Amino acid sequence: MKRARNKSVILGGVLIGGLLFVAAFAPFIAGDPYHMDMSQRLLPPGPGHPLGTDQFGRDLWARLVFGSRVSLQVGIVSVGIACTLGTALGLLAGYAGGWVDAVIMRLVDIFLAFPVILLAIALIAVLGPSPVNLMIAIGLVNWTMYARVVRANVLALKHREFVEAARALGLRDRAIMLKHVLPNTLSPIIVLATLGLGHAIVAESTLSFLGLGVQPPEPSWGWTLAFGMKYLRDAPHLSTMPGMAIMLTVLGFNLLGDGIRDMIDPRTRNRA
Amino acid sequence: MLGYIAKRTALILPVVLGVCVIVFVLIHLIPGDPAMVMLGQDASPEEVARLRSAMGLDRPLAVQLGSFLLRLAHGDLGVSIFQGEPVSRLVLKQLPATCELAVASMLIAVLIAVPLGVISAVKQHSLVDVASMGFAQLGVSMPVFWLGVLLILNFSLRWGLLPSVGRGKPFLEGLAVLLRTGDYLPLADSLRHLTMPALTLGLTTAALITRMVRSSMLEVLHQDYVRTARAKGAPERAVIYRHALRNALLPVVTIVGMQFGALLGGAVVTETVFAWPGIGRLAITAISQRDFPLVQGCVLVVALVFSLLNLAVDVSYTLIDPRVRHGIAQRQ
Repeated sequence: MKRARNKSVILGGVLIGGLLFVAAFAPFIAGDPYHMDMSQRLLPPGPGHPLGTDQFGRDLWARLVFGSRVSLQVGIVSVGIACTLGTALGLLAGYAGGWVDAVIMRLVDIFLAFPVILLAIALIAVLGPSPVNLMIAIGLVNWTMYARVVRANVLALKHREFVEAARALGLRDRAIMLKHVLPNTLSPIIVLATLGLGHAIVAESTLSFLGLGVQPPEPSWGWTLAFGMKYLRDAPHLSTMPGMAIMLTVLGFNLLGDGIRDMIDPRTRNRA
Repeated sequence: MLGYIAKRTALILPVVLGVCVIVFVLIHLIPGDPAMVMLGQDASPEEVARLRSAMGLDRPLAVQLGSFLLRLAHGDLGVSIFQGEPVSRLVLKQLPATCELAVASMLIAVLIAVPLGVISAVKQHSLVDVASMGFAQLGVSMPVFWLGVLLILNFSLRWGLLPSVGRGKPFLEGLAVLLRTGDYLPLADSLRHLTMPALTLGLTTAALITRMVRSSMLEVLHQDYVRTARAKGAPERAVIYRHALRNALLPVVTIVGMQFGALLGGAVVTETVFAWPGIGRLAITAISQRDFPLVQGCVLVVALVFSLLNLAVDVSYTLIDPRVRHGIAQRQ
């Protein structure tokens, strides 16, 4: 059981470590992702172009390598937005209670009434398609799960002795929330954020696939896949390769998140 | 229990109202003037001002919201800018296609996930368990649109077995023809078109439900009453199906209900990949044409259906679990 859990973390770690390496050293391991050569268009994978070329003769390997930077950037920033907003509101709702809790939780209910991707699409329609707006939209539709988990944790923590002791010592509410309650809710937040990175990267590629995210010529996995659909018969690698990149990345984050959760959560520790 | 259902129904009213307000505000924040969009770039400022006044766009936002909610209460979602038809009619025309896709996908998902999850839990750590958990992990990591592309690539382009785009006859219509005249061709046509989009959505959903069924079964299999059932000599089949599965399915009902709502959202992407004429595709087209009333109508209808599904899940709990029913009765 322990071995299975470790395997999950190791495999996830290897996949994500590989992704981080590729993103960090992109200029050293791939050529120019914008360089066009119409005489080399739609080439299948082979020597010179390990993953083939696209409709403008650009090297697909270079497009995917540099695309990993876009995906990671959107993923990390949008999870940061969702995590900060959700944690702050969840902390406030759980700690303050009363009408503050009621208002925040009704807001959560309202946000949960929308399918995530549809709300993100509506937000992009408002904000306009761009990478920054993409991060804001994905962040704004995903804060509810952090708020719910943090609130539930705070409710369980706020009557514990160490919080009572901090209050008895005369600490202000803000200090109690930030110094005593928040650090004790960090582990579920870390798990949610790791799994959330995978979800955010799928959301980014989905919105880019629908033409609402990263705009060409910037290299994006979702957009490359969508454009590749036009050449599905002659150059299927244009769609299959970016999809594979997205899947391996999300798989990595999921394995890592699941593994960390199993290590932290005593209920699943014996059943993993 | 009727009291609980009434109370729970009353509780979603503020949520529904909140959904309407958020959609209204969102749509009114979209840059660009609907009057300008309707009249085109060449319109004179006077013409635009006249249309704005006729559409009520020059009134304060709060007044516009009030009249929007009032019209909504009468089932009036406005008129599509591009198609000139009432939005409610357009949405209702596309909604059955989305429902057909969502129901078919959920059926596929449940048919795969429940047996797979049960076998995985019962034969924990076996080869079947490892394989099905591998399938589940891959399934939840796979973007819906990529699976769609892979299916089109193989089943349509490579083997020519299934059509890659569009919808055949509505399933129910095909079924009716089969029952009335014995002609199976319309139904077959419907199924041929439905298979790939439903598999695309169904397989990714199945992955999620499989994990849920497995972990829920594992939890139940360690309970005292399961041990008691075994100790009293009940056959293993009865222990698994009568004692364990019935209890393990409760959280599964929640996830199925919630996933059904997610399917409506996921349908936006699947419908785009397979050119399936549903409400998701309607929404995407409406966004690209800046057809504000239509975008508003699509988002609103999907969110309302989603809320009602959540309500149905809650209410179904009271019907299938005597413990929940008993708890409510005690509180009342």
